[in-house]
Amino acid sequence: MTAVLSILKSGASRKVKFLALFIAVLATLSLVRMWADVLDLTSRGTISAALGLAVPIGLAGLGGLWAERAGVVNIGLEGMMILGTFGAGWLGWQYGPWAGLLGAILFGLLGGGIFALATVTFGVDQIIAGTAINILGLGFAQFFAKIAFSKAPGGGPTQSPSISALPTFTFDRLSDPLVSLHGKGYFIISELAGLISGVFFRLSILTVFSAGLFAATAFILWRTPFGLRLRSVGENPHAADSLGVNVYLYKYIGVLTSGVMAALGGAFLAIAASGVYREGQTGGRGFIGLATMIFGNWRPGGTAIGAGLFGYIDALRLRDANGTAMRAIVLLGALALIVLAILAIRKKRYQVVFGLGITAAVLISWFLLTTALPREVALVAPYLATLLVLAFASQRLRPPAADGIPYRKGESK
Amino acid sequence: MFKRIDTLIAPLVAVAFSVLFGSIILLVFGANPIETFIRMIDYASTPRSMTLILNSATTYYFSAVAVAIGFKMNLFNIGVNGQYRLATAVAALVAGYITFPGYLGIVVIIAISMLVGAAWAGIAAWLKVARGVSEVISTIMLNFIAIGLIAYLMAPTVLGVKTAENVIGTPIIPAGNRFPGVSLPTAPIPVYGMIFLAVALGFGYWYLLNRTRFGFDLRAVGMSPSAAVASGVNVKRMTVYAMLLSGAVAGLVGLPLLLGAQYTFTVNFPGNYGFTGIAIALLGRNHPVGIAFGALLWAFLDVSAQILDLTGVPREIIVIMQGVIVLSVVIAYEVTRRVKVRRQQAAVGSAGQ
Amino acid sequence: MLAVELQGIWKRFPGVIANSNINLKVEQGSVHAIVGENGAGKSTLMKILYGMQRADEGTISVNGKIVEFDSPSDSIEVGIGMVHQHFMLADNFTVLENVVLGSEPTKAGSIDFAAAKSRISEISDSYGLEIDADALVGDLGVGDRQRVEILKVLYRGARILILDEPTAVLVPHEVDELFEALRGLKSEGITVIFISHKLDEVLQIADEITVIRRGTTVATLNQKTQTVTAEQLAELMVGSELPTPETRGSTVTEQVVLLVSELTSVNSDGKAEISDLSFKIHAGEILGIAGVEGNGQSELVEAIMGTRAATGSIWINDQDASKLGTRKRRELGVAYIPEDRSRLALLLDAPLWENRILGHQTQAPNAKGIRLTPKLTKMDTKRIIQEFDVRTPGIDVLASALSGGNQQKFIVGREMSGNPILLIASHPTRGVDVGAQAAIWDELRAAREKGLAVLLISADLDELIGMSDSIKVILRGKFVADADPATVTPQQLGNAMTGALKAAN
Repeated sequence: MTAVLSILKSGASRKVKFLALFIAVLATLSLVRMWADVLDLTSRGTISAALGLAVPIGLAGLGGLWAERAGVVNIGLEGMMILGTFGAGWLGWQYGPWAGLLGAILFGLLGGGIFALATVTFGVDQIIAGTAINILGLGFAQFFAKIAFSKAPGGGPTQSPSISALPTFTFDRLSDPLVSLHGKGYFIISELAGLISGVFFRLSILTVFSAGLFAATAFILWRTPFGLRLRSVGENPHAADSLGVNVYLYKYIGVLTSGVMAALGGAFLAIAASGVYREGQTGGRGFIGLATMIFGNWRPGGTAIGAGLFGYIDALRLRDANGTAMRAIVLLGALALIVLAILAIRKKRYQVVFGLGITAAVLISWFLLTTALPREVALVAPYLATLLVLAFASQRLRPPAADGIPYRKGESK
Repeated sequence: MFKRIDTLIAPLVAVAFSVLFGSIILLVFGANPIETFIRMIDYASTPRSMTLILNSATTYYFSAVAVAIGFKMNLFNIGVNGQYRLATAVAALVAGYITFPGYLGIVVIIAISMLVGAAWAGIAAWLKVARGVSEVISTIMLNFIAIGLIAYLMAPTVLGVKTAENVIGTPIIPAGNRFPGVSLPTAPIPVYGMIFLAVALGFGYWYLLNRTRFGFDLRAVGMSPSAAVASGVNVKRMTVYAMLLSGAVAGLVGLPLLLGAQYTFTVNFPGNYGFTGIAIALLGRNHPVGIAFGALLWAFLDVSAQILDLTGVPREIIVIMQGVIVLSVVIAYEVTRRVKVRRQQAAVGSAGQ
Repeated sequence: MLAVELQGIWKRFPGVIANSNINLKVEQGSVHAIVGENGAGKSTLMKILYGMQRADEGTISVNGKIVEFDSPSDSIEVGIGMVHQHFMLADNFTVLENVVLGSEPTKAGSIDFAAAKSRISEISDSYGLEIDADALVGDLGVGDRQRVEILKVLYRGARILILDEPTAVLVPHEVDELFEALRGLKSEGITVIFISHKLDEVLQIADEITVIRRGTTVATLNQKTQTVTAEQLAELMVGSELPTPETRGSTVTEQVVLLVSELTSVNSDGKAEISDLSFKIHAGEILGIAGVEGNGQSELVEAIMGTRAATGSIWINDQDASKLGTRKRRELGVAYIPEDRSRLALLLDAPLWENRILGHQTQAPNAKGIRLTPKLTKMDTKRIIQEFDVRTPGIDVLASALSGGNQQKFIVGREMSGNPILLIASHPTRGVDVGAQAAIWDELRAAREKGLAVLLISADLDELIGMSDSIKVILRGKFVADADPATVTPQQLGNAMTGALKAAN
């Protein structure tokens, strides 16, 4: 573990660092798998389910990222996601899944547009406007769902008729042998096998598309003039304005894109995950998306990792029959805290070390004293992780400096 | 007098705009808006409906006051949902398992509920003051953690039981621990007795804010943190107090339903009163009387919406209207604020400085 | 060849004439300083030159051509760049990102970082502005940030640079580095317009110096053709008319009310805002603090009031107040008139009578125990309005509705209530009309006679000399001179304040 840390500290290239981190994660998973004796921790089913659960969360997080990078805090993601599920269901069952995607995009633009009107044009409190969007999105979807689906064949007031499926890819030749390799329980190798077989098992084209959106976001926001300007609006809009950047325009673009991303997350739920629009389908994933974005330090890569982690924990919860996987989660959490504590020792932040150490000790003793843990551990873990990051690693977080502050041209500060 | 009109204008415009918006939707779907609204009012005028409105408004009032306490010093307690759910769950467990002599039970249950709510909000307060974590984010996280915690507590292997409808929840609360209600004449169901507590809370809230040093300090921080500091207010301490207070009031939100009608906390216990509270606090401008009107309006919309399904319009149109109210009320506030500032600047400019 | 020429510039605001008949000629490739007291109209002039405001009358010529500016982008177009006193930088961006923002070089749709980098290093090499293009601006010191601002302007091709109070935020060695850079710019033919009120610095760097007083240009001095002294500049800045300091009996007693020793306060960057300040004020004494703004006066006041962390000791009326919070200090009888009244002394959105409570939450007539007593407060607010002639329709109007002078009279009235023993007054008459000013002065004198100890901070030298029993001069957070108000002249004081003379007495 310390070897990995020193590689990360060293001047090695990013690829080397990434590889080192990746192997360290696999090794940790492997150790935990052996120690907690849960083979399912890295099985094809778990990984595949985790991926499916991660995508909508990740897209919501990406939506949060686009808005917040332009300086608008978006807690209306949930409402926008709901609009997305409805849009996907409404056009999807009638004209097919691709039309469903289009529907989600249109409704995302609607949600984002209303939100932008309130926060950018009128400059109202972003948290309040977000709350209103959540109420509106829910009411809107419920109202129109009743009208659109009640009399539809196979539909009902809270559920759309089913949407035809999008193509998925399964690479059986690759996946199946890896599954048996995973079953052997080799150190690290089995983890790698489980991971690869899971990724290439019933891979939805929407998952691939979503991964593309992450890459595109990273490129557009960090590599192009457009992205630099959009981010400048979230960092210091007055400076941006003084250099001729149209602050309102970029904020609108950020918020509208945010709406589209969140709605696409909803579309994934409706089209890929369940094949129908269903009331309450989003289940707070908009808020989880917000959490992953914070967890991921307002960056696409971090958000993806956060979404992967949250999806993974959720997958374990759904597949855990006897509570042993929950034990593994607790152990994983404890190990993560210990890593953070080691980092904090190096920085001589002893108060933080103390806090992390105590929490880790509690978790480890919990692990040692039980044989099975309640599934609610997984319900709580992602949020607890985000809170811990906020509480103990906030110095490392770099939210956009002008995030959440309404901008009025000419009014400084 | 002008001040009064100024403050009333924004909510009135917002409600009017929402009615207009609702009317358009009704027209689009072939319903006569005037007829529809008359039917809604007719339906809401029955004793049963009026009882339901008062009952809902009681719940909303607690929630909105909890939010308003935070708003008064620019704290955003999004966590009322988590605070009241956890508080109600714990209170329901205590009330379900332990029998107290006389009215002691009610007092203890209310106290426990408020304590749990305050403690849960206290985590967010600590995170804000000691670690600089925005209360908006931390309370959202704590809401979800509360859900997990409740799910755990309610598991039949832990403290929960299967209720009659085969739902998992707490044991039925014995009669001694219930909060007695009062019935309107000819109404089939009673009004929550806790409505009197809500009225008392409204008065207490007003008194605390306007008639005590503490309330003044709290409002001073909300109006101008810099001036509050210069006047000797310890802003961090006030943040903790306000958050604890807000959480304690939030702890009351679930009790009317629990102790006045449902007598058990199940996993299906309504979970979104907190967001309703935000909307109503905004609508009522954080004023105890304004909040009361807001809560009644909200409850009226909720209850009278029941009739809409019969007219062929989905009753969820009410949720849309509620969302429109919130959005347009904040926009209306912002616009009136700007007009006011511009008016004042003009006045000050012509005065020479 | 003239880089910039301003002719007959007038700018009026409601009730105020900011610039009247400004004439200015700036040679190409020179450093031209514009000096004047605070409020003399320097900032307005520069905003006009940069296109942020429009002149009511007059013409602007750049490189011999008459121009009209509607916005800064017009002035950027003709090669004018401005470095604001408050930096316009994004902390989370790198130097490179800050510099190229808005005019990014591209290659195949993405930012050409390599090209940007080489262009930046080209500029920084040729002008001697060393900076790491990949550094995060948030990690940079103030001097480096200023270089980034200059780089930004040069990157956009500016040949005329306006620097607004560039040294205000710098420590001495950073000032030297800045001047080194400015000389480098000059040698490359860049014109620099340098706004300042620090005379020693101006003399060090400027080729020509234009003095502005009360909104108009009074003289331009050329350091190449004549010897210019700080005294000469100070006289031009302040004007020749001498106020006659009021002669009056001393009311200073033996009783020490405020005893401050070795007060030091360090800001978050580790820079000492005030260091080792020691002084005492007796009952019946007014101690004036003279100094150019931003030399530690605000920090001194905040440290005494307990709103800023400081080391050293503060005794109020023989009680150690060093560890007490602001509220406890106020309860000892400290009255406070802060410099920024709308931010620190008023709740603008609250009615006037509630503002009577602010700062006196625990004291009569506002509270009994934890309970407020609004009736008594309202009565007392009416008293203040009458006694201090606060012009207001009533006590229920919002504080924001009052004019500045009336707000200030109300604040003075409030702070004088309840028999304070010590008054900390920062610019008590700033921004108020003449009548209110006289009223506030009368009030201070009357209180002094009754034994009030006063710490008076003011930028108005006449006020300081006329009111104070003794004066200390503060420069860069340290006391640099003592002055006797009976004998000192505003010019001498001004010199001491700007560091032109070591002592005024």
